[in-house]
Amino acid sequence: MLVFEIVMVAMGAVRANLLRSVLTTLGIVIGIAAVITMVALGEGAQQQIQAEINRMGTSVLTISPGQQRSFGVSRGDTELSIDDALALRVETGGLLTVSPEQQTYMQISYLRWNSRSRVVGVWPEYFNIYDHELLHGRFFTQSEVQGRRRVAVLGYSASEDLGETPPEILLGETIQIRGIGFEVVGILAEKGGSGFLRPDENIFIPQSTAQYRVMGSRDRLNTIYAATETPEELDLAYAEIDRIMRREHRLRAGEDADFNIRNNADMLETFNETRQTFTMLLAGIAGISLLVGGIGIMNIMLVSVTERTREIGVRKALGATKRAIMTQFLVEALFLCVLGGLLGVAAGYAAAEAMSRFAEWETAVSPQAVAAAIGFSAAVGLFFGMWPARRAAALDPIDALRYE
Amino acid sequence: MLARIQVGRSTTLSDEIIRTEGLTKHYVLGAETVRAVRGVDLLIRRGEFVAVMGPSGSGKSTLMNMIGCLDTPTDGKYWLNNQLVSELTDDDLARVRNRQIGFVFQTFNLLPRATAAHNVELPLIYAGVSSKERRRRAEEKLALVGLEDRMEHKPPELSGGQRQRVAVARALVNEPALLLADEPTGNLDSVTSADIMRQLNDLNKQGQTIVLVTHEHDIAEHAKRQIHLKDGFVERDFMNEMVGSAV
Repeated sequence: MLVFEIVMVAMGAVRANLLRSVLTTLGIVIGIAAVITMVALGEGAQQQIQAEINRMGTSVLTISPGQQRSFGVSRGDTELSIDDALALRVETGGLLTVSPEQQTYMQISYLRWNSRSRVVGVWPEYFNIYDHELLHGRFFTQSEVQGRRRVAVLGYSASEDLGETPPEILLGETIQIRGIGFEVVGILAEKGGSGFLRPDENIFIPQSTAQYRVMGSRDRLNTIYAATETPEELDLAYAEIDRIMRREHRLRAGEDADFNIRNNADMLETFNETRQTFTMLLAGIAGISLLVGGIGIMNIMLVSVTERTREIGVRKALGATKRAIMTQFLVEALFLCVLGGLLGVAAGYAAAEAMSRFAEWETAVSPQAVAAAIGFSAAVGLFFGMWPARRAAALDPIDALRYE
Repeated sequence: MLARIQVGRSTTLSDEIIRTEGLTKHYVLGAETVRAVRGVDLLIRRGEFVAVMGPSGSGKSTLMNMIGCLDTPTDGKYWLNNQLVSELTDDDLARVRNRQIGFVFQTFNLLPRATAAHNVELPLIYAGVSSKERRRRAEEKLALVGLEDRMEHKPPELSGGQRQRVAVARALVNEPALLLADEPTGNLDSVTSADIMRQLNDLNKQGQTIVLVTHEHDIAEHAKRQIHLKDGFVERDFMNEMVGSAV
């Protein structure tokens, strides 16, 4: 009951000096708002990338060209060839599902529609590696790859670019890729996702067709994907790929590899490490702004105690104990800080919303971040309010009553 | 009766409100020690109306602070309402002030932002009384001082006399054993002063023990008994003969 009275008094004091109180809390408001916004951005990016990586699968190894160096001098990017992919498929004895990838953006046309889409040359295994499912039709086959056939499997939303929804209308139709006719044999189910890979917008064709009929005969792959059944086999797969690739590229023992093997799980880990650094940085910023805000609160509380010396004297004369006076001023500081924290959360939330709406950045305001923000501002209030409150409580009633 | 009192406190718990024995207060001001009160023995009984007088520097304020439990003596003992209070801690003294003493100050000392009713409720808040009961008692005391239609007014909206009446209501709200008025008319004109003194007289007639500090002789005339201090000692202590005619 007394607690309620104390809170009412503290709120009354804040209301009596509303402008000053709001200005004082501004430090806390800005600090908390900045943290909430940045965490929302980080959280949004995290969710997006996590979803992306989950979609890509975590038991997939990505082999990409590295730099070839001799005596520390780069001799440019090396290339991955179809022979590398074939060797990986043949020699790992069923451990790996392998598909090369050769991709580029190309002009696509169907009837009077034109679009510029990502054309991806792959093996049928690719659909298996990335768990693509069919909505209509079929995948292309190994023999179609060998025959360099002009068949295409469309990503779910690729048909939109060609003016046709629903997508199944395109099934069996002939689309032009760089002026060359391709029969649409399959439409993939929707995969979702945004960001750096948009599988739904891709047009998949056999790798051999891509290499020899569409993209030119340069024997150059962008990437080779290799997947294992289970994540546990990844270490073994890694060693096997390294061995076969070194042999294929005729690298001597001890020589630096001219290719990179990366695991999607490693990418996730790298990303998480980056994110942790980012979080530490944020915590630093938050700490500094809350420190500055807290000093502001302490300053205004000291002013408040001095201004209200007489009031403290009256309250003490009428029977307020030290504890009651201290609680009153502590609650006032706490109230100011929590008010600042709440305003900061609101401002940060609004900023995050604005960013996702206008800049189209993914943001996510987590309840934990909100709870932590308010918890921290309360802690700042208690910490920086303690000294002024103690000063108030320690005032001698006679001196306080005489204070002008 | 007199004999029993002189035998000892323990046997006469009855009607003593204030008893001091050798009450002494020394201050250290720089290199100097100020001996403000130098051994005062007082006995004030329930229902008395005492005016404490003396020029500035007589130790009047220091004595009042100790009687009001706002200050502790350097030496000597003080019983308030049969409780030895001269050796209590600050917080215990706060509780004694809260329950046993009602203060009326020269400068009113009301909280300017709070309504009259809330100002009167203040001691009850610290006594832990429920809000409903607080409100009831505050209204009762404000009605007693004739301010039933000013409950929701804040001190700046009230005249000096009305403010002091709010202060009197606040002093009474805890049913204190002792009403301690420190120059209650110091900031009031003569008409309002008379009004406040009439109020105190009425309260005293209803049995309220009052100790009044003043330096004005005509105000002191309202009391039944006068105690004059000089240089930290009681110089004179006598009963007023004029009581009644002055009212």
